Amino acid sequence: MSLVKIANGTVYDPTNNIDGVVQDIWIQDGKIVAPPTATDVRPDRTLDATGLVVMAGGVDMHAHIAGPKVNLARKMRPEDKRLAPPVRRTPNTRSGTVGSVPSTFATGYLYAGMGYTTVFDAAIPPLAARHAHEEFGDTPIIDKGFFLLFGNNHYVLNQIAANEPERLKAFVGWMLHAAKAYAVKVVNPGGIEVWKGGGDNVHSLDESVEHFNVTPRQIITSLTQTAMDLGLPHPVHIHCNNLGLPGNWNTTLATMQALEGRRAHLTHIQFHSYGGGLGEQSQFCSKTTELADYVNAHPNLTVDVGQVLFGETTSMTGDGPLGYYLHKVTGRKWTNADTEMEAGCGIVPITYREKSFVHALQWAIGLEWYLLVNDPWRIAMSTDHPNGGSFLAYPEIIQLLMDRTYRQEVLKRVPPRVLECSVLKDLDREYSLYEIAIITRAAPARMLGLKHKGHLGIGADGDVAIYTPNANKLDMFALPRYVLKGGVVIVEQGEIREELFGRTLYAATSYDDGVLPDIQKWFEEYYTIQFNNYPVDEHYMTNGSTAVACSNR
Amino acid sequence: MSEAAVMDAETRIVKDATCTFCGCVCDDMELTVVGKRITKAKNACVLGKAWFLNHHIEEHAVATIEGKPATLEEGVERAAQILANARYPIVYGLSDTTCEAQRVAVSIADRVGACVDTTTSVCHGPSGMAFQGVGEVTCTLGEVKNRADLVIFWGGNPAESHPRHWTRYSLMPKGLFVPNGRKGRTAVLVDVRKSKSAAAADIFWQIKPRKDFEVLWALRALVKGVEIDPAIEQETGISLAQMQDLVQRMKSCKFGIIFFGMGLSMTRGKHMNVEAALSLARDLNDYTRFYAKPVRGHGNVTGADNVVAWQTGYPFGVSLGRGYPRFNPGEFTTSDTLARGEADAGLIIASDPAGNFSQPAREHLKKIPYIALDPHESETTRGATVHFCTATYGINTPGTVYRMDDVPIPLRPAFDSPFPSDETVLRAIEKRVRELLRERLTN
Repeated sequence: MSLVKIANGTVYDPTNNIDGVVQDIWIQDGKIVAPPTATDVRPDRTLDATGLVVMAGGVDMHAHIAGPKVNLARKMRPEDKRLAPPVRRTPNTRSGTVGSVPSTFATGYLYAGMGYTTVFDAAIPPLAARHAHEEFGDTPIIDKGFFLLFGNNHYVLNQIAANEPERLKAFVGWMLHAAKAYAVKVVNPGGIEVWKGGGDNVHSLDESVEHFNVTPRQIITSLTQTAMDLGLPHPVHIHCNNLGLPGNWNTTLATMQALEGRRAHLTHIQFHSYGGGLGEQSQFCSKTTELADYVNAHPNLTVDVGQVLFGETTSMTGDGPLGYYLHKVTGRKWTNADTEMEAGCGIVPITYREKSFVHALQWAIGLEWYLLVNDPWRIAMSTDHPNGGSFLAYPEIIQLLMDRTYRQEVLKRVPPRVLECSVLKDLDREYSLYEIAIITRAAPARMLGLKHKGHLGIGADGDVAIYTPNANKLDMFALPRYVLKGGVVIVEQGEIREELFGRTLYAATSYDDGVLPDIQKWFEEYYTIQFNNYPVDEHYMTNGSTAVACSNR
Repeated sequence: MSEAAVMDAETRIVKDATCTFCGCVCDDMELTVVGKRITKAKNACVLGKAWFLNHHIEEHAVATIEGKPATLEEGVERAAQILANARYPIVYGLSDTTCEAQRVAVSIADRVGACVDTTTSVCHGPSGMAFQGVGEVTCTLGEVKNRADLVIFWGGNPAESHPRHWTRYSLMPKGLFVPNGRKGRTAVLVDVRKSKSAAAADIFWQIKPRKDFEVLWALRALVKGVEIDPAIEQETGISLAQMQDLVQRMKSCKFGIIFFGMGLSMTRGKHMNVEAALSLARDLNDYTRFYAKPVRGHGNVTGADNVVAWQTGYPFGVSLGRGYPRFNPGEFTTSDTLARGEADAGLIIASDPAGNFSQPAREHLKKIPYIALDPHESETTRGATVHFCTATYGINTPGTVYRMDDVPIPLRPAFDSPFPSDETVLRAIEKRVRELLRERLTN
């Protein structure tokens, strides 16, 4: 079969402690292999990477790219696409629209065009899992998977209230299996159910959720433990309570403390790091230092940032009450979409303005996180696409991190009060290429428990991004020289050469099926589809799937 | 089939089958299948029973070209030639087939630079446009079953058009927070005529025709505390006191919802009417939880919206003529491209525009070559240059459909058909179209 040699490139492969070493990378049948020992082996294709930077394909661990929420946003926002340059049809590829919520084909091409080869959607309601898989079937090139919403699921709340951890574990295992999902996602635990029940939200970890008599704290700790007990490749993925609200850093810190050393990932941490009080913008400030100190001291925690960038985008979240809040703050159109027994959803267009104190501070807080977490292995790059900005902004974030002069230039343009309310101006740290390789591929792959992703060691997937070095890091990372997916050259200098479809990744969970009759009884009482029509079968993964093993305890 | 034949043929039961007759997409059918006939459809409504029990495999060639029987391959070749050689082709219909087939149809449209449009543009297209204007506070039907204590139907007749909407989803069922079912809910019907649905409503408003917007806007005003002139009654047929009563109910319910039909989206005001309904529901969220949803007609029209949206970014009325998607209802919607005499070829899937479009549109369709995929004969198939007789989705083919609330549901076919599925035919056309386009590129 095919043998590819990437010759003479400068390799940055942090997983294997390779920091800018000139060497060859060999790929056979889609996987990285050792260089052949025989001297007469001729590769089918050789890419001359002399003078070029070679990294594993990028891994985006938290984005919104498929499923009902994303598609509602596409339908709601024709204006968002009107001015964005479209993706044009070619003889080999499909057309698409971009804006903040690209169409499926465009999503695959644009990620690949940037050197990203693996992406996870962060919030799918189980009832819509089939929809997400269908969109994945039309999303080319990248490998992908999704996280499943559990933090407001009625069966989950019931088992926690009844103190039935074994039944909870079986249910979560069954649900992940039924939806072919990758990880457990918790969004505003308890708060969405309160919203759906007619209240406004929960505001602290110890408020009780009406009717269910559980607290956010119980939901967080129970699901964290459940994810550990199931041995899932990725630990619980938490979107904390009180997203976006001034003073929410207290809730974030309390959430970290509540985990008591259990492994967990806190997502789009930027949106959860605000000081100040409700309704008092004058006190709005950064609490990154306090939270980053806690993360630095607690190796059980990992984070991704949710960087805000200036410009027009779309806020989309499983956090229903947050959608309402943003609608009220911005006055813009608002979609709310609640899913029976399971989840909520809010979508609002948003424009982050450089001259807005709040938006500029959000921007600064995101950068503080990158610069204040000491160990890059515990922080992943994200914009929470498209919430903080599009994934297309990753090259710009890289430039902000690698070039403090550029960072200071931007800082000069924002309202001066931002300088007083954050420590960004005092942070001289600059990321190296090696560290960039960590936060954009190696670390997210490790956090996700994907042993075959994010690195270039033997046995890893042949997903490779090759960049032309440039002092301007935005240009360097926006337009890779080559991108390979499974050993096939799919992008050359920004142009898609070949359309192939990546695989779907899901967790190979096992569960005690003794609990199924109880689940079925509950299901048949409250759902509006048949129990047998709920699980998603393999035929929806038309382009192949990889069931990632759990470490059974 | 005689009694004896029924007894002799193998009898099978298909459980959890899905009815694709209307947008309710009830998936709790229990079908008794004898040979190639469905003899019983347990749980089906009157419309569903007709859908299943009247289904039979017609004697028909798999393909006809200009009315003459042809092989599938010949049909595919002719269809691909028509599409590859067209300058302004249209792809239309799509609401009565699987998402799997819809995905291929949009792909063909993209390859040949067609305008792709669905029957949404002639039913709830204005609702889609209203959604783009103001957003939508919406939910799955199970939320209604479990929580709704105030259910308003506006501009529709669900008792006759969607019989199980009430019994399975919105009025009758007992739910988590509505343990007494129908007794725990207030049902309101607003329409311009007293339809059969009126008898089941606790409150019925017969409003003057073409006054939906005025009534909805007055309700919005009252919710916001704006004074309304009592003369509103002469204008709309509804007294101020009635309106104040309903506003009080809307503000004080725990979970309210407006289900609106084509009485809003396809009468004077169109998308403005729907914007008013969506805005009213949205505004009420300052007081309680309040939702609004269109009641969709065809079995997979919601899937068509979703597929077209995820592949192109827009829900219907999309032109791919410039090599990338553009959206403009009125310009790229099929009834318009035909009526203006613009389209020069067509691919029509599971729809009958020759039977129900405007006179100018029908006249133009007769003049251009087009391909029709349909299990049954219709005006459209009879006038088609190429007609593929395809298997019926849900009864003969598996696949996926989206219920009116965007919930995707798998199909469990009752028995095989001698005819290919829409997806199979479309895939063959797509393959051949791509070959032809590639040949043209290299020549």
